[in-house]
Formats: sequence, structure tokens, C-alpha cells
Amino acid sequence: MPTPTRGFLGRRRERDPRLPPGQYDVGADWPVLTAEPTPRIAPETWTMTVDGHVEEPTTWTWDEAHALPRSEYRGDIHCVTTWSKFDTWFAGVSVDTLLEAARPTADAHFVMATSKTGYTTNLPLEHVTGGKAWVVWEYDGKPLPIEHGGPVRLLVPHLYFWKSAKWVTKLTLLTRDQQGFWEQNGYHDLGDPWRQQRYQGD
Amino acid sequence: MTEPEVLGAGVPSAPAGGWRTATVSGVRRPLQRSVELRLDVHDRVDHLPGQHYVVRLTAEDGYTAQRSYSIASAPGDPLVELFVERLDDGEVSTFLADVVEPGDELEVRGPIGGWFVWDGETPALLIAGGYGVVPFISMLRHARATGREDLLRIAVSARTMAQLPYADELVAAGALVVLTREAHGIRPAGRLTAAELVPLWEPGQTTYVCGSASFAEAATQLLVGTGVPAESIRVERFGPSGAPS
Repeated sequence: MPTPTRGFLGRRRERDPRLPPGQYDVGADWPVLTAEPTPRIAPETWTMTVDGHVEEPTTWTWDEAHALPRSEYRGDIHCVTTWSKFDTWFAGVSVDTLLEAARPTADAHFVMATSKTGYTTNLPLEHVTGGKAWVVWEYDGKPLPIEHGGPVRLLVPHLYFWKSAKWVTKLTLLTRDQQGFWEQNGYHDLGDPWRQQRYQGD
Repeated sequence: MTEPEVLGAGVPSAPAGGWRTATVSGVRRPLQRSVELRLDVHDRVDHLPGQHYVVRLTAEDGYTAQRSYSIASAPGDPLVELFVERLDDGEVSTFLADVVEPGDELEVRGPIGGWFVWDGETPALLIAGGYGVVPFISMLRHARATGREDLLRIAVSARTMAQLPYADELVAAGALVVLTREAHGIRPAGRLTAAELVPLWEPGQTTYVCGSASFAEAATQLLVGTGVPAESIRVERFGPSGAPS
């Protein structure tokens, strides 16, 4: 345990069990944190591609993606900058559905998500399969706001939220892990909030 | 945004060695609702202008709270200077502003960040809203120390002069000061305009924008609308978390 800081009591004595270590409940707010200008993306120009080590590289248009089985996430999200937000509600399509169509090859073990802006983030394949990841275009029953990644973002809520790439347009299956944008800039390759994997080496 | 080739390449963007102890050597409150902390970081790793530290507070029962704060000091400063806005509901910032005294020890981790950093050698346009000036003070002080102030163009926006951190230093450096709630010289109160930014732009610049989410959004849209390439713009926003990302 770290040495106590003189005079620090801490405000939140009752820890909500949904809060991972080092996080606090941001309440109704939803902070916006991005490293780049917010792009303006018209839904009719957005496409979603799954490529790389797959049997069937596939691209969906906005309408084609919306024709896929709808899938929802209701639960919490955690940002590495220490806020967590409870009881969010997102809707879109499960990443499982996209992968079923593209069929990753047996040697594919990692995924690189790429945004319209060029932002990238890497994830182990097993962390985006089995109902753990979505491509979402709805928040609280409304179109996903642009500042939160609209029209479409990746959602991997069990990992720190920089993994949930805003303005996502592509998932590339890889045989070996490669680092994405924040990962090359010192952040963790996996980013499990319950293990406080904030930075490389955690 | 292009691949992060960059400025940060080759520097430790991950905090090397985990948590360190810092002894508070100075506490000043030059502005209302804020505190300037000067820290003697034990076994310190040099930072790049634009990087930040995480400060972690621990209660007797092991409860911890941590937040990120941009560094205001130049790499050559023997101490690390943080400038912290006191948020009324901020668990960490109220402690730093109200309780911390010289001689106290704080746990810190850093320097962190390989993206929102300036290499000290290439032209940069710095645009800040309010407390977003802090990382730019590090850049400005570094430029002064190395005699390269010519590389920096600075525009800062605040409600009033009294609410602008490091106002004297910014004015002395020739920064464009935009005040939204009071006139500044012959400039009437009002938001930053594209016409004011145009003379600050020059080819080859990297543009850095730091401020609240709404300021950063407005400033980047202004820049993109003026024709500044989106891939040359780096943004650091902070929200209610008080933490840059």
C-alpha cells in the first residue's frame, strides 16, 4: 500500500463496487477527450471494413451494417483519465457478427482498429469476441453524437475507453500484435481497468 | 491524424519506473481558484515540453485518488511546476489547493505523453483556452532557455485577464491575448476569430490546441475552416475530469 498523503481523507468513502481501482464516478457527464480535430463524417460516406488475416475481407455500407442483427450494450465505461460512467446504453452490431462474415484465419490473434481520422488502437482478438465488443451508432436511443465518435464508434467496454476507437471504419486482423496510436505513446497494449493497466509496463 | 512518427519518438512516453516521491518545495496562489506547486521529484526523468504528471493521493485506509496535470516548467528547471485549477467538486484539486504545504510529500508518476509534446526545434502555433496555457508555458520557457522563441506563435483565450494563468509571462512573450468578457487594449471582448489566427500561421507549423472540450472543439473547427491541415493539429482537451488525455 502506498504511504498515506498527509491530510488526505478522500471524499468518497463508500466505494461503488462497479468502480475499478483509481476511478471515480463522473455521474451524468461524459467528458470528451480526443487527440485530433473532430471529423465531420456523413453516414452515407461511412463504411465498415474487416480485413487483414481473414478468409473473406468484407465492407459494409451504412445501410448494410444497419441490416445486420441489432445488438446492445448496457453497462459501465471506464476512461484511463480516471472517470467511469455507469449505466450507459449503446446499440449497433456485435463485432462477432462482423467476424462471422469475414472469418478470421486460424493464425489471426490480434486486431487493429482504424478510424476515419487515422487513429488506431490494438486489441487481442479474444477481447473483441464472445459478446465483448460492438460497433455502435446509437447512444441512449439516439444517434451517437459526433464528439463521442459518431456516426459510428467501436465499443469495448471492459477495457479503458481509448480502445473504443471513435469514428471507426476498419478492423484489421493480425497474426502479431502491433501498437496503435496511444500504445505507441506510452499507453498499455491491453488496458484492463480492473488491473489498472494504464501505461506500458503496468 | 497521421501515424505518430514523431516528436515523441525515442523519448520515454511511458512513465519510467512507476511512482516516485516528490517533495513540495513551493506553493503559490497567483490566481483565485488555483494553485501553483513546485515539486522536487526524486530520481526525476527529464520531460519534454507538453508532457504531464499524474498525482496520487492516499488516505490512511488505503483509498487513493489520482489525476493528471500538465507540467508548466521547462525541462531545464531543477523543479517540476504544476498549475492546478481548483474545481469545487474536485477531490484531488481541492486537496492540492487547500491542504498541501511546502515540505509535504506527494506521489507522482511521469513524465507521460508522447503526442502533445514540442521538440523545441520546429515551428509551432499554440492555442490555449484558460488553464490550457499550462503545457504551453513549459514550451515557452524551454524556447526562452534555448533562444528559440522565434519558433513559437501563441494565442490564449480567457474570460478576463485576472483569470488567465501566467498572464504576465504570456504578454511579455508577445502572445495574442483574447478576452471574452472584457476588452484588452483596443480589442473588444469576444471570442477568438479566424482573422486573428491567420497572421499567426506559417507553413510547416504544428498546431497545438489545449483547453476545455468546448474551447478545443471551437478552436480546431476555426483552424480547419481557415485551411490549416487537420493532420497538423494536435489537441489536448480536458473536461470535468480535470485530466488531459
